[in-house]
Amino acid sequence: MMNRREFLQVLAVAAASGMALDSKKALAGDLDMYNLPRFGNVSLMHMTDCHAQLLPIYFREPNVNIGVGAANGKPPHLVGEHLLKYYGIKPGTREAHAFTYLDFTQAARTYGKVGGFAHLKTLVDRVRASRPGSLLLDGGDTWQGSATSLWTNAQDMVDACIALGVNVMTPHWEMTYGAARVQEIVNNDFKKAGLDFVAQNVVTADFGDQVFKPYVIKNINGVNVAIVGQAFPYTPIANPRHLVPDWSFGIQDENMQKWVDEARAKGAQVVVVLSHNGMDVDLKMASRVTGIDAIFGGHTHDGVPQPAQVRNAKGMTLVTNAGSNGKFLGVMDFDVRNGKIAGWKYKLLPVFSNLLPEDAKMAALIKKVRAPFESRLNEKLAVTEDFLYRRGNFNGTFDQVILDALMKVKGADAAFSPGFRWGTSLLPGDVITMDRLMDQTAITYPATTLNNMSGETIKTILEDVCDNLFNMDPYYQQGGDMVRVGGIQYTVNPNARIGSRISNMMLNGKPVSPTKTYKVAGWASVQEGASGTPIWEVVAEYLRDIKTIKPVKLNLPKIVGLGKNPGLA
Amino acid sequence: MNALRRNVLKGATGAGAVAVAVAAGLLAPARVLAAIPRSAFEAKGMADAMKAMGVAAPADSKDISIKAPDIAENGAVVPVEVTSSIAGTSGIAILAEKNATPLVADFGFSNGAQGFISTRIKMANTSLVRAIVTAGGKTYTAAKEVKVTIGGCGG
Repeated sequence: MMNRREFLQVLAVAAASGMALDSKKALAGDLDMYNLPRFGNVSLMHMTDCHAQLLPIYFREPNVNIGVGAANGKPPHLVGEHLLKYYGIKPGTREAHAFTYLDFTQAARTYGKVGGFAHLKTLVDRVRASRPGSLLLDGGDTWQGSATSLWTNAQDMVDACIALGVNVMTPHWEMTYGAARVQEIVNNDFKKAGLDFVAQNVVTADFGDQVFKPYVIKNINGVNVAIVGQAFPYTPIANPRHLVPDWSFGIQDENMQKWVDEARAKGAQVVVVLSHNGMDVDLKMASRVTGIDAIFGGHTHDGVPQPAQVRNAKGMTLVTNAGSNGKFLGVMDFDVRNGKIAGWKYKLLPVFSNLLPEDAKMAALIKKVRAPFESRLNEKLAVTEDFLYRRGNFNGTFDQVILDALMKVKGADAAFSPGFRWGTSLLPGDVITMDRLMDQTAITYPATTLNNMSGETIKTILEDVCDNLFNMDPYYQQGGDMVRVGGIQYTVNPNARIGSRISNMMLNGKPVSPTKTYKVAGWASVQEGASGTPIWEVVAEYLRDIKTIKPVKLNLPKIVGLGKNPGLA
Repeated sequence: MNALRRNVLKGATGAGAVAVAVAAGLLAPARVLAAIPRSAFEAKGMADAMKAMGVAAPADSKDISIKAPDIAENGAVVPVEVTSSIAGTSGIAILAEKNATPLVADFGFSNGAQGFISTRIKMANTSLVRAIVTAGGKTYTAAKEVKVTIGGCGG
């Protein structure tokens, strides 16, 4: 726990950052958040989807996260007040701010930024001090999402994760650096550091041989704990296949069962899965595969305060999801007695940068990483008058800026931008630097494109992506949000079937004709050989030109056919 | 890793998939029996394909399991495994219902060979992949949906 000197430092930081302090006592209450009494004898920390955010940022949780079918009304498909009510979190509190979009800009000014590896390191070290032998698991999407990760070919994140003390990792976006780079890091940096890279569902496309270790067994305070890796099953579909041409992925329930059983047979008393399935897929997997004590999940970026408890043929599996962007650290404590879990406690700790002093060594490492790029990172492109964010099932305001830029610079009738769930938030008055723009766009396949598409093709694309999001069967979901659409208005019925979800497509007040051809701009094509100006250059050109982002006109679809849905604010 | 196995196979490129598997010793060089007329492979649409195969109303069977991805990584090579535990299985045919010519493959089994095949098929669209098993003069069937998507936009 924080000593008096650290506490005073925090107060000073809080005061300096204009934090609204009712009293010192109130802040002391906030600090107690990190004072977790030890429970049990086996503790696992879990971080996921930090998207290479080394420094503190803002990240707004969604106000639209619709659950269809059996997922309707259940975590993680609860937003705003529905989420607070479900978990008994008091509105207007620091915790409510961490888990919801409610009063975001106001609350963000009060409570400050979240995450940052130097702050996270302080928290990780504290948990380790109170829980000897505990491990830190990283669920992936760690090497991608920032300028420096892209420009250093992921080396900044590899070094930062080793310094943070990550013990076990599983991948998704890591794969977009290409198979050779992934192998290089796993076989050199990680091997030297003793960091295990596990993925049971990555096999060679020809014979189905394991590419990475499917699982590892670690001894924690005398208890054997198996950690099975589950990479993002649809990596070669959602991201370019040509980057990992010789590897096959997929959900692979049967193989998961095989590895879980094998680990148990080898003496594992606790078996957990470090998963990048996305929460809906994890929930289904937990109902089908037996013998897993807990699934530590990511991919869908859901900040879920408490695990879901899923029954299956032989017992119960806990399913967590630990948010994104370095905003949270999950702490799972198991009380293992006589080879069995007798009790558990879980806490998803928000990482409030103002409450956690920087770890000096990590801060120095980050400074060193950024130094060669500082002038490029800090270029001021524009100032935003509006609140900019991405996360949510449909267009966010920053997506809208990207779409507007694409249509203007490319001279297009319409534009598509991927429904990524990463991308940080900016408060009104914030400067959009190149650093912040790269938070939205830093990928290894950034080419922008301009294509002639028939109205029918446009409809097919919208239907296809929408089915990846709203298919009733989670195993057919890919975990991203709906493609962001510029220029074309439409109506969507998430509960319909593929082919009939999208209707009333309109462009400039006229119905989109199936046979007419339209100029459509886009980026992030998964096809090999796509070439064109990188998206950040297109948006930067637009921002330098307009200088100020006025309140953004969001092109949101009309949502029908849902009735009452607590995934919709 | 099976580097040796892979190198052996590299030497066999150009040969058909079955020949490669035989060369690697993965398949016994048993005779592949084609019980279905060639015209069935050219028949357009499910109704015509079934007719050409001489299959009328196969019974749904839980003794047939189909292993295939929920979403295909590459529609041009979709791995499909069919296991039939029906006694006396003598044939397994695979159809991709939405393909222009749905009948993709037909395998014959003799002398009590285990009803198991593993192959790759080409799929044009999201579709049911259907297995039709012949055993003791009767036909049985099961199907699994495999989605073929345009990809992108994930995560």
